[in-house]
Amino acid sequence: VTATSAPARDGVRSASRGGVPATRRWRLPFSPWHLVLLPATVALLFPFAWLLITSVETQNEALRFPPVLIPHQIRLANYPDAFNSAPFGHFFANSAIVAVTTVVCNLVLCSLAGYAFARFRFLGRTVLFAVIMATLMVPFQVTMIPQFIIVKWLGVHVLAGVGIDHIGALILPNAATAFGIFFLRQFFRTLPIEYEESARVDGASRLRVLIRIVLPLATPALATLAALTFLDSWNNFLWPLIAVTSTNQMTLPLGLATFQGSHQTQWPLLMAATTMSLVPMMAIFFLAQRYFIRSVAATGLAGT
Amino acid sequence: MAVSAQRLTPRRSSPRRVSARRVISSEHFTGWAFVTPGVVIILLFGAVPIIWSAVMSFQRNNLLSPNTPFVGTANYRKLIHDPVVTQAIQHTLIYTVLFVPGTMLVGLFLAVAMNRQIRFISFYRTAAYATMAISTISEAIVFIWLFDPSYGVVNYFLGAFGIPQQQFINSPAEALYVIVIMTIWGWTGFSVVIYLAALQGVPQHLTEAAAIDGASPWQAFRRVTLPLLSPASLFLAVWLTINALQLFDEVYLSTQGGPLNATTVLVYYLYKQAFQEFNFGYASAIAYFLFLVIIVVTVIQFRVGRRYTYYRS
Repeated sequence: VTATSAPARDGVRSASRGGVPATRRWRLPFSPWHLVLLPATVALLFPFAWLLITSVETQNEALRFPPVLIPHQIRLANYPDAFNSAPFGHFFANSAIVAVTTVVCNLVLCSLAGYAFARFRFLGRTVLFAVIMATLMVPFQVTMIPQFIIVKWLGVHVLAGVGIDHIGALILPNAATAFGIFFLRQFFRTLPIEYEESARVDGASRLRVLIRIVLPLATPALATLAALTFLDSWNNFLWPLIAVTSTNQMTLPLGLATFQGSHQTQWPLLMAATTMSLVPMMAIFFLAQRYFIRSVAATGLAGT
Repeated sequence: MAVSAQRLTPRRSSPRRVSARRVISSEHFTGWAFVTPGVVIILLFGAVPIIWSAVMSFQRNNLLSPNTPFVGTANYRKLIHDPVVTQAIQHTLIYTVLFVPGTMLVGLFLAVAMNRQIRFISFYRTAAYATMAISTISEAIVFIWLFDPSYGVVNYFLGAFGIPQQQFINSPAEALYVIVIMTIWGWTGFSVVIYLAALQGVPQHLTEAAAIDGASPWQAFRRVTLPLLSPASLFLAVWLTINALQLFDEVYLSTQGGPLNATTVLVYYLYKQAFQEFNFGYASAIAYFLFLVIIVVTVIQFRVGRRYTYYRS
């Protein structure tokens, strides 16, 4: 790199127009990159397309080889059939309740803690923050067995709603995350402190400063955290698999996996159910694409 | 700097008497009040379990008997001699070695192709991003149908090239590779986003300058762009490896570790020991072993990666 950086300054000046060949004898009517991107995109989208196609085929057509690439009739009845053969309404509702509650809890609790870690000096701050950061490095598999025992104990001795086999058990352990606290703390520290100071001089309480001044400035970070938390919660599988066993407490991934286990050969129904499970996530994803992309890119840039 | 507002008022005006009002308005009190709700949850479900499972890994704990005697390093010794663990380590390593570079290469290739303003580019990008919105479970369901041995469309396409019908997830020789393919597909959007973000940070004048100096497009890419992408590559390598070592969802859904343990990876075996056989002690030892592997691999990656990583600042 050092070799190229020295002539680079020179190059910019002389590059003004001379670098690009003035005339090309022959060119495609479109960018040649389409020749790469189009097949790649077809390959990437094919699983989605095949999912949709199978979801409207009859059982008879699905179990045929060579496969029926274009169904003779579109059997939309697979969707209500799938919906009625398992409590998918329940799964949707549970997933939504768990994801939304988890997001709201994280926004509130991580804002409070992240702000305190960013701006306050209090006894034990450094140690506490170090402990929280340490938990960030430990994989879930290490903590899941004690977490299971703790949740089970809480359900028996404190509150049944957060115990094993209740969706509360899917919310409470994730209601605040070390990542959320760290992420918001980092963002709060980049904000100019002068606004907060002048509000304090004017007599505003700490909480008021956070709500009225800091949080409005932190909207992009809050949106990013909300998007990441929602995605994590919606797609989480291992913890619900451990914590929940009865059908009416299951979230979508778990319900779908259970449905797959019991309807393995009914591919059109399974595909219809899978398609329905994708709709909310896809809708949110496309509506908030900017935030998702930004948040994923942010995790990457934070790591570099 | 954080307390400059506080310092406007003299701090030690009445050093002897500390009234209740001062305690409540003090930064110590507000600090603790702000962090307590979040911190309690993280300590209870994050920090305490780390220590607890470390203790448990030296105990016999099988849920059936109420007492959990200490058994020294028995669980760890059992782990070393367990042939399934050896298999699981092999499968996890094979999977990681294929999945991580595979995902990075696909992501890099697509990101470079997509890093230009041509027609339909937002359609191409959205198609790649869409793989991020699908859950691991849906992804696995779609792929076991694509790769179904009897009716799968992949066998049909292979047939067009004269390749006979494959058994895929029913075959001990092929099942793990099907999981590699499905997870690479599932992570494509993620690595495209990371590489696209990094590519947009590469100053155009550098590659242009290389072109003027007579570098071919490939040379400019290899010698200028790729080094500038190295922080993103290192991040992806570490991030994907951590996720690869924790592979579970796809295995659970598609093969349940079979056929003949061919896809039993570490976390799947750990899950089986913990929540099907209820050997909490032994499972905790496996979990700590996994943790150790992740730490060692990550440290090595950072050590080696630092030598090849170019930071502009």
